[in-house]
Amino acid sequence: MKTVDIVVIGGGSAGLAAAISAYDQGIKNILVLEKEPYLGGILLQCIHNGFGLHHFKEELTGPEYAFRYTEELQKRNIDYRLNTMVMDISSDLTLHYANTEEGYVFIQAKAIICATGCSERTRGAINIPGDRPAGILTAGLAQKYMNIDGYQIGKKVFILGSGDIGLIMARRMRLEGADVLGVAEIMPYSNGLNRNLVQCLFDYQIPLYLSHTIKKIIGKTRVEKIVIAKVDEQFQFIEGTEETFEIDTLLLSVGLIPSNPILEKLGVNIHPRTKGPIVDDNLQTSIPGIFACGNSLHVHDLVDFVSEEGAQAGKAAALFVKNQLKTHPPLKVENGKGVSYVLPQYLKSRDTEQFEIRFRVNKPYQNVTLIVKQQNLVIKKMRKAFLFPAEMEVITGKFCDLMENGPVTVEVEDE
Amino acid sequence: MSEFICIVCPRGCRLQVDKNNKVTGNFCKRGEVYGIQEATNPTRVVTSTVRITNSELVRLPVMTSRPIPKNKIFAVMEAIQNITVPAPVQMREVILENVCDLGVNIIATRNAPLKEEV
Repeated sequence: MKTVDIVVIGGGSAGLAAAISAYDQGIKNILVLEKEPYLGGILLQCIHNGFGLHHFKEELTGPEYAFRYTEELQKRNIDYRLNTMVMDISSDLTLHYANTEEGYVFIQAKAIICATGCSERTRGAINIPGDRPAGILTAGLAQKYMNIDGYQIGKKVFILGSGDIGLIMARRMRLEGADVLGVAEIMPYSNGLNRNLVQCLFDYQIPLYLSHTIKKIIGKTRVEKIVIAKVDEQFQFIEGTEETFEIDTLLLSVGLIPSNPILEKLGVNIHPRTKGPIVDDNLQTSIPGIFACGNSLHVHDLVDFVSEEGAQAGKAAALFVKNQLKTHPPLKVENGKGVSYVLPQYLKSRDTEQFEIRFRVNKPYQNVTLIVKQQNLVIKKMRKAFLFPAEMEVITGKFCDLMENGPVTVEVEDE
Repeated sequence: MSEFICIVCPRGCRLQVDKNNKVTGNFCKRGEVYGIQEATNPTRVVTSTVRITNSELVRLPVMTSRPIPKNKIFAVMEAIQNITVPAPVQMREVILENVCDLGVNIIATRNAPLKEEV
């Protein structure tokens, strides 16, 4: 059986950054496995601009951002396979993959980095009542059909969910001549970035219906009509607020879920909130030698942070292969009041001076204090003028301020 | 008086810009600059795709080389929809010069090599 130092599963933004970073740490025997016929992942269907502001300090389109990384990968002659599916991983880090050129292949890895991205929540995930006609699809799939495959998806469109992909697709379909009748969001606030609200909806006078969702879908073969209605604070429909739209296409932008079917099968511990693997600050999962990063670990809003996380996983995996990854007794990290999840779930490294905790808040906040606590002692305080669930936040602290045991919690202190 | 949501940072200030370009509702200086820009000359980068022949790709992603006036977006889209380019195309290659006489080019945002003959 062929042996590879590091296998990276997924050649998207996280996987590319992980492979490059591992290579730069001195591990040259790397193999990247990608299921699509091209490297770059979802970036290639994101033809709009605005990527890379943090990382490259300029605004790139998705394909351009992907190209920067594929170019770096090829410069280093890192080996990769396209059109390749990983079928199975064992806890001894043997891996099975298949493609049409090599057939079914077994390889032995010294470390595996999972960068398998996320999948879109579908109609089934949110239980919309009504008929089940054609013309209802997730926004990201619609984006692929339109931007990669070149299909006009529909002419009279409604969008459920104000996630960024939904907003981007509202503009995209409007530009291609479709009538975009509106976007409904069940929450009283938008889940997308302000920039997308302004440049994708307001620029084209597309109405945003906050605290609204779909009550009924009507259509025999293709979707014909939808009925939306306002919801109260308990998300119950308010009678008399129904509004009907005649449409031929309904796009769903109702959330993303990390996609880890192989790791779940293997028995890696999955976090109930993030739906990604539970990791320590080396991004190592509950099985030694298996690392996770990017949207398969937790769903990000900016690709720049995905690349950063990929690079972190790549570095840690390289150290693991070199037997230089130091771990200490784990300190648990927990989400406190106002915080919906924290990542990593354990701190183990202590090699660096600082620890970093990424998190999301559970609702919008203004003028609050973020607190990192351990055993009811305040480790760090940080004032925040505003916090939004749609934006991943980061808080750092010093390892020397932490005690030997007791969970570290991050919470929002209300005024 | 025009109203805008500032997009400079996530705070999303509600800006009011009056006839004399006086901005209110902004938290910081950058919001004032944004408000005046939006009130006087709002511009956007337009991204889309064009038809491509002799390539593995079906659509070639493109963009305007610079931001264009907001009220020209649909005119530029019409010009983009009429383009067909033959491969090979290099990323950043000019696909259409001086679109709608705006002094802005349409450029490719992805490499599209020639289709390999089997």
